[in-house]
Amino acid sequence: MALLDVQDLSVTFARRGQRTVHAVDGVSFSVDAGEVVGLVGESGCGKSVTSLALMGLLPRQRGVHVGGSATFDGTDLLTLDPRSMRDVRGRDIAMIFQDPLSSLNPVIPIGIQVTEVLVRHRDMSGDAARKEAAELLDRVGIPDPRRRLKEYPHQLSGGMRQRALIAMAVACRPRLLIADEPTTALDVTIQAQILELLKELVRDSGTALIMITHDLGVVAGMCDTINVLYAGKVVETARRKELFANRRHPYTVGLLASIPRLDAGRGEKLTPIRGSVRDVLPWPDGCAFAPRCDRRVDACVGEPPPMTPTHTGHEYRCVNPAPLPQPKETP
Amino acid sequence: MSEALVEVRDLKVHFPITTGVLFDRVVGHVKAVDGVDLTVPRGQTYGLVGESGCGKSTLGRAILQLTPPTAGEVRFDGVELTKLPAAKMRGMRRRMQMIFQDPMSSLDPRQNVESILTEGLGAHGIGAGRAERRGIINKTLDAVGLPHWALSRYPHEFSGGQRQRIGIARALVLGPELLVADEPVSALDVSIQAQVVNLLDELQEELGLTYLVIAHDLAVVRHISDVVGVMYLGALVEEAPSDRLYREPLHPYTRALMSAVPVPDPEIEDRRERILLAGDLPSPANPPEGCRFHTRCPWAQPTRCADERPVLRDVGGTKVACHWAEQIASGALRAHEVKVQLVRPGDEGEAPSVVSAPSEPGSYV
Amino acid sequence: MTLAPGKKKEKLERLAELSAVRDDEQGVSLWREAMRRLRRNPAAIVGASILVVFVLVAVVGPFLVPYDPVDQSGIREGVIKPGSIPGTSGDHWLGYDHQGRDEFSRLIVGARQTLIVGIVSTLIGLTIGVLVGGVAGAAAGLGGRWGRLVDSVLMRIVDMLLSLPSLLLAVSVAALLGPSLVTVMIAVGVVSVPIFARLLRGSMIAQANRDYVLAASSLGVRNTKIAISHIVPNSLAPVIVQATLTLATAIIEVAALSFLGLGNPDSTQPEWGLMLADAQIYLDVRPGLAIYPALGIIITALGFTLLGEAMREALDPKLRR
Repeated sequence: MALLDVQDLSVTFARRGQRTVHAVDGVSFSVDAGEVVGLVGESGCGKSVTSLALMGLLPRQRGVHVGGSATFDGTDLLTLDPRSMRDVRGRDIAMIFQDPLSSLNPVIPIGIQVTEVLVRHRDMSGDAARKEAAELLDRVGIPDPRRRLKEYPHQLSGGMRQRALIAMAVACRPRLLIADEPTTALDVTIQAQILELLKELVRDSGTALIMITHDLGVVAGMCDTINVLYAGKVVETARRKELFANRRHPYTVGLLASIPRLDAGRGEKLTPIRGSVRDVLPWPDGCAFAPRCDRRVDACVGEPPPMTPTHTGHEYRCVNPAPLPQPKETP
Repeated sequence: MSEALVEVRDLKVHFPITTGVLFDRVVGHVKAVDGVDLTVPRGQTYGLVGESGCGKSTLGRAILQLTPPTAGEVRFDGVELTKLPAAKMRGMRRRMQMIFQDPMSSLDPRQNVESILTEGLGAHGIGAGRAERRGIINKTLDAVGLPHWALSRYPHEFSGGQRQRIGIARALVLGPELLVADEPVSALDVSIQAQVVNLLDELQEELGLTYLVIAHDLAVVRHISDVVGVMYLGALVEEAPSDRLYREPLHPYTRALMSAVPVPDPEIEDRRERILLAGDLPSPANPPEGCRFHTRCPWAQPTRCADERPVLRDVGGTKVACHWAEQIASGALRAHEVKVQLVRPGDEGEAPSVVSAPSEPGSYV
Repeated sequence: MTLAPGKKKEKLERLAELSAVRDDEQGVSLWREAMRRLRRNPAAIVGASILVVFVLVAVVGPFLVPYDPVDQSGIREGVIKPGSIPGTSGDHWLGYDHQGRDEFSRLIVGARQTLIVGIVSTLIGLTIGVLVGGVAGAAAGLGGRWGRLVDSVLMRIVDMLLSLPSLLLAVSVAALLGPSLVTVMIAVGVVSVPIFARLLRGSMIAQANRDYVLAASSLGVRNTKIAISHIVPNSLAPVIVQATLTLATAIIEVAALSFLGLGNPDSTQPEWGLMLADAQIYLDVRPGLAIYPALGIIITALGFTLLGEAMREALDPKLRR
């Protein structure tokens, strides 16, 4: 049974005098224990809102509506009251955010922020918690951890701060870790370090990981299953190698064709995707990608296309998908 | 007409660190650019890559004299820019323009597009009347693919990609020969990046422009550059034609950089060998002695690396600043573990320091 | 700079396709957007309504008052007796004041004085503050080392002004010029200079670091032009908001200083603060004499404050889309 099973998740933001925003529009995916699942998409596709909804971190306001279900170990996270959700958060599910500087409290030393988590969820006493905190900082590769405990976030570099955040997240050995663009704000060599760290942690402790990013290169190296999001929906989902080898949805195709690659030659032209997300708001009836799609047919307008399942577990939401690519000649 | 449009010799940009209430007292220098030699060939694209803190943006601005260099020379088409009086420099600006990273903050939110585009024309007295100026900007709009009705609109009414096009149009309106693009696509969505990259490519072909592209995204730079220079802590560590650099990087830092960039291909990702750098970037206010990279270098040797600053020298067509480049390339020297040195960012008024923490060795693959 | 006609057509076609939904209206500048947001804000509507009423009363009212505000008709008619001042009646809507004048007319005419006083004192502070802060901000943002020195010096002067409370300043000025409305306006105005100066300076320094300023430099635009055409317009928003709020407090401060006797001692000219001062003694006999001008001051100040806060929200760039 899957550790986390998200069915038909939807999040809408309604504000007086403005158009209702369907940030997440029927997203379904599942995460098995120990699995690394990627949510890939550009800005506005709903991936961050999805993670916030799962963690119960969306603002509790009139106008914010969450629908669908997210079953974690038998319990629907979306129906939990705030107190129970707080118990789950940190203990069973933990989150790592994009910008470590704004996710850490700038006026509290790192050590206290880590021990806070330990005291809250693992009922540890002061001394035991401090010892454990030092070990955690050590585990995530922060040198001289005892000294770091007393330091403030601004005294650490970006990479170290992110490691500290990861330490806080894994302090209670959660079963599921959600990483929302954890390396986007970091330099590429630091990014490599952090991703390596995450891979190690997942491997050693069997934690499942949801990796949210816009970088297809990152998911190519890390994830077992990849979900591609566009306009609040999952438009394609497949196992890692299957997705890159046999991508079907035109958006995925377009994305892969438009990214400059390190291993491509100079002068190979990039094929951008026409227009931009903003040009086509509000989403038209039917497929949201249709206005920008090269493979648009009449069937695309009117009815939103359903997910087409295949026997390999690869699914795509398109009525006129790209043809299967010719098999590459093996050298 | 010489081959090189821009020639930079031993350029240094040092920012003073000051304290004091009424009169500033200099307590140190941030050596953002510390002795760079660089040549941008006419009609080609020079890509400058490096991570944050390497000084590439500062170098770009110093070349355009937007940040005054502390020392060194910048020759543009043979003219020595650092010695020019302000009025002459302003005249030269027509020929060299800049494209900025953030399309939101690089456009004045209170100016409509027409005003943005005509401002440059006005400053140089180009265009006899409104009609003539209109003609020029309309042609520029066509060149960047923006519709004419954009003229009456304001920046916030456009998407990121379109705003970047406006920025490009602003730079092109004066008819420059050199375009310095400081992270031209990093603030844009992935699928829009390709549009702007293609546009820059087209414009270079049509107008014979020379580009200096500054970016941290190696894949983007690889794609549009003819020559690539890699910067680390204020100095160039390697420079080579684009294809060669990516195929055979010689400098240890370049190798680490290449191995760290994710490639959207699972087969490649599984097979690659990552060279992970240990620890953090040293502070530019207090760079390491000798080779700036030796504190994190997996190939650092006990001799020369810590005392002698390596000079950029030619090794088989590539310029490298490493004492042991040939030996590393041939495999005679092997990579080893690096002790992690934690560096405190030097900005709390105290002198920045390198704090070494010998308890755990750094990791490498 | 021309494109091959085929390529140009292709480009335009591509764009036309995507832009098909747009109609050809004028661009919406930030001011327009802010005005739109303002119109929808209930606080702004209330505040603006109060102010419109106030301004109408102040400007037009004095021509329409039923009685001459200095005419002591009550005494002539013999209705003013010790211990009794007639209140609201059919002829005199708010009754008489302690000197037999029509309270309603005095209130209306007093509005004009208050308006003038509030505006002039705020203008004094605004003008001087914007000049000093503008020069300091431009110098610090664009001027390099010398610029920063100029900025330091100017700001220290402004800091000295900050240490003066308006009361002390008013007393000093009154000693020089004698108590009058002008004294009070100067005192209140000068005291508000540091607020505007610092606000504008800070705002300008922040803007001077933005990329569009660098872009203008790289285009070859001169520093003075950059400061005036680019930096100042983008830095004015907080200053405008502060001006409305200062107007509110200026009215109250002027009233307070008048109340303390530093304003125009001639009580024949109605002014709300003065009316309030005079009404003190008669609080047990006719509390209305104090309540009406007080209400006037409070409601007007409220109107300015509501509008000011609403403007701050409307102009806040973070709330943009």
